[in-house]
Amino acid sequence: MPLTSQLRQELFATIPRLRAFAISLSGSTDRADDLVQETLLRGLANIESFEPGSNLQGWLFAILRNLFRSDYRKRRREVRDSEGCHARNLKMLPSQSTHLEFLEFRAALAKLPEDQREALILVGASGLSYEDAAAICGCAVGTIKSRVNRARSKLAGMLYIESLDDFGPDQTLRAAIGSSTA
Amino acid sequence: MNDLKSKIITRTPPRKNGLTPEVQARIGHQLRNMYEDIVRQGVPERFAELIRKLDSGADSSAAASAEDDDHDDDHDLEKHRNAGTRQNTGGD
Repeated sequence: MPLTSQLRQELFATIPRLRAFAISLSGSTDRADDLVQETLLRGLANIESFEPGSNLQGWLFAILRNLFRSDYRKRRREVRDSEGCHARNLKMLPSQSTHLEFLEFRAALAKLPEDQREALILVGASGLSYEDAAAICGCAVGTIKSRVNRARSKLAGMLYIESLDDFGPDQTLRAAIGSSTA
Repeated sequence: MNDLKSKIITRTPPRKNGLTPEVQARIGHQLRNMYEDIVRQGVPERFAELIRKLDSGADSSAAASAEDDDHDDDHDLEKHRNAGTRQNTGGD
C-alpha cells in the first residue's frame, strides 16, 4: 500500500516498541537505535508490499530481527566478549529494581542462545502471542514454546539457583560490579 | 540482593520446566519491566525527525539521503530511493 499519513502515524507509534525489542535483543542502546533506523528505512523502501490492515508491528519486528541476525553473525566473529559488553553497554537506569539486579538480569539474558533470547523477549517481554512470535521468527509455534521454556530455565539457573552458593564465582562478580557502580 | 534471592527460592514444587511459579513470575516481571522502561522513553528525536520529513512530503529524508549517496553501491539505499520517489509522486 502507499505510504498514507495514517500509515506514517502508525509507523511513529510503533517506534517505542521497536526500540524496546532492539535494545533487549542487542543490549546496546546505540546499536539498537541504528537497527531501528535501518528497520524503518527498509520498511519504508518496501512499504508497497505491506498489506493494509495487517500487523504493522509484526512486519517491522520481523525486518528488525532479520537485520539483527545478519548483523549479529558478522559481529560474532569480531567480538568475542559480547557477554560482558551486553550489560555494560546498557547505561540507563531502570526504575523497577536496583541497578545491580538489573545488570545481573541483563548479563544472564545476554548469555542465552540467540534463538532462545529472541523468543523469550517476544513472548515474555513484549507480550506477543506464541503465534505472533512464531510468525516473526518464521518457525513453528511449538518451537517458540520450547525455546521460551528453555530460556526461562536457563535464566533461573543463572540468576536464582546458582546464587545459592554464596561464595561462588557469581558472588565475586557481584562484588566487583557492586564496587564499580557504588 | 541475597535477601531478595532467598525470598524467591521457595519450597513450592517446580513445574514441568523445572521452575517454581515464583521464579517464573520473577523472570516475567523482570522482562516486562526492562521492556516497558524502554517503551516509556517514547520516540527519540532522530526518529521523530525522520517521520516529520516523511510528513513534509516535498523532500523526504529518505529520497534526499539516498540521492546524496548515488555512488553508494548499497542495494538498500537504491531500493529506498525508489520507494521515496514513488511516495513523492503518488503522495497524499
